[in-house]
Amino acid sequence: MINNDKIKIENVNLYYGEFHALKNINMNVKEKEITAFIGPSGCGKSTLLKSLNRMNDLIEGVKINGKMLLDGIDIYKDMDPTMLRKRVGMVFQKPNPFPMSIYENVAYGPKTHGVKSKSKLDEIVEQSLRSAAMWDEVKDRLKKSALGLSGGQQQRLCIARAFSVNPEVILLDEPTSALDPISTMKIEDLLVDIKKNYTIIIVTHNMQQATRISDKTGFFLHGEVVEFDETEKLFSMPKNKKTEDYITGRFG
Amino acid sequence: MESTRKSHFNEKFMQAIFFLSALASVIAVVAICLFLLIRGVPAIGEIGFMKFIFNESWKPTNTPPSYGILSMIVGSLYVTGGAIAIGVPVGLMCAIFLAEFCPPAVYKIVKPAVNLLAGIPSIIYGFFGMEIVVPYVREYFGGNGFSVLSASLILGIMILPTIISISESSIRAIPYSYKEGSLGLGATKEETVFKVIVPAAKSGILTSIILGVGRAVGETMAVVMVAGNAVMPIDKIRLLKPIRTLTTNIVTEMSYASGLHESSLIATGVVLFVFIIILNTALSLIKAKSLRN
Ligand SMILES: Nc1ncnc2c1ncn2[C@@H]1O[C@H](COP(=O)(O)OP(=O)(O)OP(=O)(O)O)[C@@H](O)[C@H]1O
Ligand SMILES: [Mg+2]
Repeated sequence: MINNDKIKIENVNLYYGEFHALKNINMNVKEKEITAFIGPSGCGKSTLLKSLNRMNDLIEGVKINGKMLLDGIDIYKDMDPTMLRKRVGMVFQKPNPFPMSIYENVAYGPKTHGVKSKSKLDEIVEQSLRSAAMWDEVKDRLKKSALGLSGGQQQRLCIARAFSVNPEVILLDEPTSALDPISTMKIEDLLVDIKKNYTIIIVTHNMQQATRISDKTGFFLHGEVVEFDETEKLFSMPKNKKTEDYITGRFG
Repeated sequence: MESTRKSHFNEKFMQAIFFLSALASVIAVVAICLFLLIRGVPAIGEIGFMKFIFNESWKPTNTPPSYGILSMIVGSLYVTGGAIAIGVPVGLMCAIFLAEFCPPAVYKIVKPAVNLLAGIPSIIYGFFGMEIVVPYVREYFGGNGFSVLSASLILGIMILPTIISISESSIRAIPYSYKEGSLGLGATKEETVFKVIVPAAKSGILTSIILGVGRAVGETMAVVMVAGNAVMPIDKIRLLKPIRTLTTNIVTEMSYASGLHESSLIATGVVLFVFIIILNTALSLIKAKSLRN
């Protein structure tokens, strides 16, 4: 099976003021695959992830150069950020449901993109919650506050919320780091299940997680991508000594 | 040994200081309540509760006198309502602007201005109202200028700092993650602010409005200088006509009242006090509710 390149990253450098956070990144992310980013804290994984849907625009003093292409279109030059973010959704490390009802959380995205009809919204809400494997859990309490859900449920709600605007790519930044093993497993199963329809990039500190679910893995260190390869290859026979040290836990 | 005994003494001493300080405010509240209860409530009994509250005829110097304050109750509600109608939209928009859209250079000017507004004594507001607002209202809207409208305008300005600073800080207290969540779905900054951030800050915003109402209901000096203070029959109250509120009723007659007339003014204070208690109860309900969420 040959998938197309969904995202191309070409010679990207990113600076927070003077600080050089991403150094000459090159990477191709294939459609309908799961790509994992691993690496020690502070190496730039979240930074790269956020720059893929321009969430870095919110931070003052960020400079970015090089090219990031979504389906061949430069997302910094030729795309409106709101349009980009509709196509490239994001799930954050800490579950961040809005302080509204479960229903309103999922309906929020489609509403901002102009869906008005109640029946259409109902349909999107149900569909998104089903895709996030939580429809049965919450279908009787859609009007209840999302803040009353457990951490794991909140995170799956955030995933459902990301689905609601029908994105093509979903970025997840350590989505399970605050969750218990069972909730983590549910989300992993979910990601594997949905990758037939979505391109997924996930940042994780959990290397077993990367091996369990991802097709490709990129190892980051000090703002550089040290190695980017098929997950199986990267973990079984890393080409780079630093990768090897990191995945065998000899890093330090 | 010596030093532990000393620190033990210090601790006891500080506890006593804290306790006395806490006691001071309790004593003050109790003393005021007792004053109102002892000097005001019997007057309500003497006049008759219904006649006091639901009668609009206030003629304390007539024979026989009549002590109905309904017109003043309605007057207080009118000017407070007017202050809310003016102060809440302006204050809220200003708070949203300061918290979310204001360039730092502008913030450096607007924020201290708002703080200064909070510190201006009410007599100055009254003077400003009398010299500037009243003639303006007279010229552009009609009437003699001393009116519900003038009082509402001045009170609307006076409650701005309360509404702005409390709303602004409650908007700022909304976690950044909500904003990220909304923008991450492709919402614009404006949509994010008005559909996620402001609703999330609603208990703080409501608190600011209630505190603003409290200030408007209780304000005396500025109102007495711009409201005209005529006791109006309720069906004659108009935006451009003078008005008398609970507070201005007390301050205009206090100096010469005696006997039941004087007590009836204190009883007017009791009614005012009940208003404030209702507002405080509303505040604690909001706090309790937002804690539960
Ligand atoms: N807003 C910012 N301003 C300045 N420096 C930043 C900012 N955000 C991140 N950095 C710096 O950029 C580097 C990369 O940060 P990033 O958050 O991408 O790391 P990470 O790989 O996601 O780490 P972690 O695994 O701890 O989440 C770090 O050195 C960090 O201190
Ligand atoms: Mg990170």
